[in-house]
Amino acid sequence: MTSGIGQNVKRKEDKRFITGKGRYTDDHRNDNQAYAAFVRSPHAHAKVLGIDAEEARGMEGVIDVLDGHQLTGDGIGNLICGWAITSKDGSPMNMGAWSALATDTVRYVGDAVAVVIAETNAQARIAAEAVMVDYEELPVVVHAIDALKDGAPQIHDNAPGNLIYDWELGDEAATDAGLAEAAHVTTLDLTNNRLSPNPMEPRSAVATYDHAEDHYTLYTTSQNPHVARLVLSAFYNVAPEHKLRVIAPDVGGGFGAKIYIYPEEITCLWASMKTNRSVKWTSERGEAFLTDMHGRDHVTHAKMGFDKDGRITGFKIDTIANLGAYMSLFSSSVPTYLYAPLMSGQYDIQNIHCNVRAVYTNTVPVDAYRGAGRPEATYLVERMMETAAREMGMDPAELRRRNFVQEFPHQTPVLMQYDAGDFPKILELAQEAADVAGFEERRREAESRGKLRGIGYSTFIEACGLAPSKAAGSLGAGVGLWESAEVRVNPAGTIEILTGSHSHGQGHETTFAQIVAERFGVPVDSVQIVHGDTDKVQFGMGTYGSRSGPVGMSAVVKAMDKVEEKVRQIAAHTLEASEDDIEISGGQVKVKGTDKAMAWHEVGLAAYVAHNLPDGMEPGLKETAFFDPVNFSFPSGAFICEVEVDPDTGQTQVVRFTSADDFGVIVNPMIVEGQVHGGVTQGIGQALLEQVVYDEQGQLLTGSYMDYTMPRAADVPFFDVQHHETPSPNNPLGVKGCGEAGAIGAPPAVINAITDAIGTNDLAMPATPQAVWRALRAAQKPMAAE
Amino acid sequence: MTKVTMKVNGRKVGADVPDQTLLSEFLRENLRLTGTHVGCDTSQCGACAVHVNGKVVKACTALAVSLEGAEVTTIEGVANGELHPMQVAFNDNHGLQCGFCTPGMIMAGIDMVNRYREEGRELDAAAIRHELEGNICRCTGYHNIVKSIQDAAAKM
Repeated sequence: MTSGIGQNVKRKEDKRFITGKGRYTDDHRNDNQAYAAFVRSPHAHAKVLGIDAEEARGMEGVIDVLDGHQLTGDGIGNLICGWAITSKDGSPMNMGAWSALATDTVRYVGDAVAVVIAETNAQARIAAEAVMVDYEELPVVVHAIDALKDGAPQIHDNAPGNLIYDWELGDEAATDAGLAEAAHVTTLDLTNNRLSPNPMEPRSAVATYDHAEDHYTLYTTSQNPHVARLVLSAFYNVAPEHKLRVIAPDVGGGFGAKIYIYPEEITCLWASMKTNRSVKWTSERGEAFLTDMHGRDHVTHAKMGFDKDGRITGFKIDTIANLGAYMSLFSSSVPTYLYAPLMSGQYDIQNIHCNVRAVYTNTVPVDAYRGAGRPEATYLVERMMETAAREMGMDPAELRRRNFVQEFPHQTPVLMQYDAGDFPKILELAQEAADVAGFEERRREAESRGKLRGIGYSTFIEACGLAPSKAAGSLGAGVGLWESAEVRVNPAGTIEILTGSHSHGQGHETTFAQIVAERFGVPVDSVQIVHGDTDKVQFGMGTYGSRSGPVGMSAVVKAMDKVEEKVRQIAAHTLEASEDDIEISGGQVKVKGTDKAMAWHEVGLAAYVAHNLPDGMEPGLKETAFFDPVNFSFPSGAFICEVEVDPDTGQTQVVRFTSADDFGVIVNPMIVEGQVHGGVTQGIGQALLEQVVYDEQGQLLTGSYMDYTMPRAADVPFFDVQHHETPSPNNPLGVKGCGEAGAIGAPPAVINAITDAIGTNDLAMPATPQAVWRALRAAQKPMAAE
Repeated sequence: MTKVTMKVNGRKVGADVPDQTLLSEFLRENLRLTGTHVGCDTSQCGACAVHVNGKVVKACTALAVSLEGAEVTTIEGVANGELHPMQVAFNDNHGLQCGFCTPGMIMAGIDMVNRYREEGRELDAAAIRHELEGNICRCTGYHNIVKSIQDAAAKM
């Protein structure tokens, strides 16, 4: 088998992308296309006293100007957060109202107040500039800590003190006791910098209302078109589900930012009905910085206690999470259930307590960005381990090793039951590949060139698959987290796989075909993947949280189980053999130990012509399945980063990066390694380059690629990616998911390497040249005073 | 409105366009060559890179009317009956994931290989990374893009 599981099959989808024939949302243009441009608030917090659109209405090409009063008047509902978090005092979270077009108050720069619909994009944007909005400015707060202070500006009436929830997980008394008995306690105050996900394809929507059919079609940049339809229908009242088709065609990266349903899609759908035109909106990059959901933005105070042998006695965390001006779709879950349950890392820790306060500020809403909560947890745990090792004079790898979980399944004190892993093994694998033994020599060589070389570790756990539904529901999720699939064997034997997973760079058209090729022995070219269209695929929860492998592929396997069952029955009947004697391999359905066989396509044909089927069997060969796993999957990894710092400039170069990952069973190593390369680069971006910055007035200072530093090719090295497979017992393929590992594990490895190089633990992300230079100077001060 | 004519992918084309029309808009909206992508508004990302008179140009930085008589090649015009070695290399080396930056990467890659060859300079990995300053990818971490360009350079 050259195309089955574990093979580096080249991507089937590449041809259209390398020839310019990809079909992204903005590439779609309908006859009679009109264009939308949004009128956005220039203020971070203000009352909207009035909107004067008279001049704009009279401008060339303008079809209509619509505002929030019309939108709410037509019954379009407020945007919601779909995961209910309960505060530790039992009170529900305080969700403030968020209208797609603001009616009375704007709460961040970029908040939309009106939309212009015009014949051309340029006409719409020019007219939007002419819409006069009368604002009364209000006081502004941008930092989460400031938002909690007495007298801070109040952003939503129903969230006193800007507090959304005050939530906890774990046993505080036991953790305090664990810390009290510790021989050593390490204390850290860390910020996790605010990021903008920045998929290279800006968000876009093309909405068309068909009056005759009373039916809407939306092309949109979505990671989960069925969820989009569900939310647009059930909560935003745009149209009932059977009157709304959502298509996510080729999507140019997501990283979380395209999970959510944004004001722009809602408004375009509604405007297409109001104007009787197909309405298109495509974000400019500057607009994307102003409106795409941000990620991270935590401030944390934490303590970890160790006994005299370096074993962890307790871990206590107090985090403030900035959720921005409104609660985005899954925002509440990110700093709670996707964060605190990861605090045990790869370690056997008996006592953990995590308290999280989520607050409103006058900034873009914050939601899941690649890793979502898990990078924030991992950054804390892994900086804690490295810092503690240095404080105790221990080798950081040895401190980790002493605390590793050794037996599986392992129950942590923070909800999770780890499925499988071999943490000492992957650490060893990483250390060998990274030639840790030769590091001191490399450090001396760098010193001879005037460079400070450092090495940093990160050994981390993830929770992927985002499931099971029952558990998610008990923790407040408003949706189920299963996946669905349909396997259609056509009469001539070719196969179509309809999946609720969505590929926006992950290569599903290849990897999903590989698992079918493996199972039925058919060529990957005879398997077609259908996804991203609510009219074609029955339902799906979409792609995020590294769930397409563990959940999406598992649903395909379940549907293939049913197909195989029917194939066996048909073959046994036709070949006059027992079902138990039928085997499927190499495109043949055979009777074991005989030369009796049917070609795969002959079985397909037999099922559809139905001339000779077993009594009572329905014709056709098509099965569907829903897969709801029993647990998350838990990929793990060991990253080792080496950096060189120029002490004169603070410039840091990542010169070596080694990852040893346990993703369970790997379907396509080439694609999995590509996911690691990209994820690690985003992690290096967070550690060294990226940060969303607002001034005190809430004006976004990082609104373009001239201000927000994206990792370029020269910022990263080639990566050494190693694998060790311990199959997950929680899904039929044993896969664990790989999409987020790099972004989760890389930031602490990079910062630990820099702090090793410069000899101080006092360094925040992003470690820009200026930040590193200052940290280095501050650390050298006592020496200078001597 | 100004009438502009140019040769795009070997075909003579012309249209009356508003003076402020960018080459990227002209290609995407007038000619419906949607392989040229627009990923930013400040000429940093390079997703719109095309060849104008044999040199790589960011199509979002050029006004269509300033290119009267120019010869333009877009990603759609790169394959000449069969795929260009740079296109093959991106497939062979998994040099793309979501595919959005890919047309610009391929156009920049072809240009840098040709340019270094003409100048007799060695296009090693460090040079490729330096040359990619103007092309941003969010998916691949550049690892396989650099390998793709190295691979294509050996075969072009």
